[in-house]
Amino acid sequence: MSHAAPMVEIEKLASVYASAQGAFVVHHDLDLRIEAGELLAIVGGSGSGKTVLMRQMLGLEQPHAGRVTVLGRPAAQLSDVGAASRVGMLFQHGALFSAFSVLDNIAFPLRELKTLPAALVRDVALVKLQLVGLEPSQAHKMPADLSGGMVKRVALARALVMDPPLLMLDEPTAGLDPDSADGFCDLLRTLHRELGLTVVMVTHDLDTLFELSTRVAVLAEKRILVSGPPREVMHFPHPFIRDFFLGPRGQRAQVQLQTQLQTPLPKV
Amino acid sequence: MVLEVTPRIHWQAAAPSTQAASIRLLGEWTAARLAEPRAWAAVLRDLKAAQTANLAGQGAASAATATATDWDLRDLLRLDHVGAQLLWNAWGQQWPAALQTLPAQRATLERVARYTVAAPPPERKTLTAYVWALGDRVLRVRTHLHDMLLLMGQLLLDVVQLLRQPARAPWRDFSGHLYQIGATALPITALVGFLIGVVLAYLMSQQLKLFGADVFIVDILGISLIRELGPVLAAILIAGRSGSSITAQIGVMRVTEEIDALRVLGIAQGFRLVMPRVLAMALAMPLLSVWTTLAALTGGMLAADLVMGVPPSFFVHSLPDAVSVSNLSLAVAKSAVFGVLIALIGCHYGLRIKPNTESLGQGTTASVVTSITGVFLVDALFAVVFKDVGI
Repeated sequence: MSHAAPMVEIEKLASVYASAQGAFVVHHDLDLRIEAGELLAIVGGSGSGKTVLMRQMLGLEQPHAGRVTVLGRPAAQLSDVGAASRVGMLFQHGALFSAFSVLDNIAFPLRELKTLPAALVRDVALVKLQLVGLEPSQAHKMPADLSGGMVKRVALARALVMDPPLLMLDEPTAGLDPDSADGFCDLLRTLHRELGLTVVMVTHDLDTLFELSTRVAVLAEKRILVSGPPREVMHFPHPFIRDFFLGPRGQRAQVQLQTQLQTPLPKV
Repeated sequence: MVLEVTPRIHWQAAAPSTQAASIRLLGEWTAARLAEPRAWAAVLRDLKAAQTANLAGQGAASAATATATDWDLRDLLRLDHVGAQLLWNAWGQQWPAALQTLPAQRATLERVARYTVAAPPPERKTLTAYVWALGDRVLRVRTHLHDMLLLMGQLLLDVVQLLRQPARAPWRDFSGHLYQIGATALPITALVGFLIGVVLAYLMSQQLKLFGADVFIVDILGISLIRELGPVLAAILIAGRSGSSITAQIGVMRVTEEIDALRVLGIAQGFRLVMPRVLAMALAMPLLSVWTTLAALTGGMLAADLVMGVPPSFFVHSLPDAVSVSNLSLAVAKSAVFGVLIALIGCHYGLRIKPNTESLGQGTTASVVTSITGVFLVDALFAVVFKDVGI
């Protein structure tokens, strides 16, 4: 795998759904390129098709037109055998297998390979468990007994168990209290740096966005309106971007960020 | 076939000049590559060989010059945590004397080294735990009976409330359930009933012909189908079809916290969830039972005509004499009880479901098994209590 090749390349993507009122177009002529090592945040209003875009990249939806290429292969082939070693996905609610314990959830993709011995799989799963900040003593708990933050951590450990180069996150901090959300952001940043991951996330949370992302892609009007570093994107003249970044919540997040980084905020 | 990416070990025995055996790792040491059975077998074999050589080397080291194995990871295409863990375990969970790595590989190995711990012991069951589990089971039976009693009591109160204020009852729910439980079950109950009627008539005809008692086919089919088989067949079909769906519906509502939402909104779950289902079932079940009986009689009548030459006109004409009307009322009453029972058991198991997939499956199974068993128990009870009625 050469470093020049993009992790994800989306060309002229169209997503269309049939509904009672006729065809409903979610994306039209959407282009997006995600380079290796990026931490890209996809933002957009409710119903703008952020999650659909992510599902397209995961091969869970079929493009109506255009091409979605992930790691040099069409996204539709992504869920073939060994998918866990190519892309990791953190679903919004974790999507842990409720019938399995924490350790079994993490070890599941490795066990399904059927070759590796149980002891090795267990060791690997325990390493991943601690890598996401959990204690080995929590290995035998069931998903129903975990808090929201722990569910996300276990789901992240499961997504990373085969060290995929690409990690996708759907609303990583949704439903977490501010403390857990901060902890989870720190964890994601550390993993991104240490494991050299490429991360794509869909988020509404401006704190997460400013804290984590190296690039922001704004999804509006059925395409990627603009993409670039957060500080550049937020001055793009468009009503959605103005409301999103420069509304009261956006201002607060920036003030916090400014005090954290001690760098001057561009004139609004 | 050895590909470029196949994980493998290149072994170089200790030469007198270098004084150390060197091991070069090649290929992609990742979970997906290692899991290919052939590659895995080769890697495991070579690692074992390296271990024994290393031990032998250490043994010799005390006597002669140090000949520790030199591990070289720099030619690896990729090393993930599974590969690193494999190496770490092969090294006996300690750093080898001589190791050459790239910085990223070193970082991965260090993470593995830092986080490798003995597996936490699974909760071991002691004898006392078994005793507790046994007690738990006994108590669980008690809670089942207790909850069931509560559900029935609540149903009674809800029905009283319904009679007081019929306008406030959930009639739309009731009609929806009536359609789902009753109308959509018509084809399957008719088919099964018809086939049972045919089978019964064929089997009976063999015996009756022996005695020349052909005309008694009407009595036998009439009594057995109307009094027993029609209601029981319909009840079993509906227990499997609608009892399970009631449990699954309420169970999923429990999983998605909809039941809690109802409670917080001040809407009584008994009045809103349980009662409409029970009432719909109590009404649909007798109707379905009569419908199934009719289909079975039709099947029996046709088969009797074909096999024994008993004409349908004779069959229909002599049926009222053979089977008294009290049999039909008994069957209808019995069916209503079956319906209430199936709906109550379905709701009961649905409300007990815990928020995980396993519990949903177990609850649905338990609901169907319990309601079918319940149907037979109640049927036996009816047979004993009403043994003098209609025969």
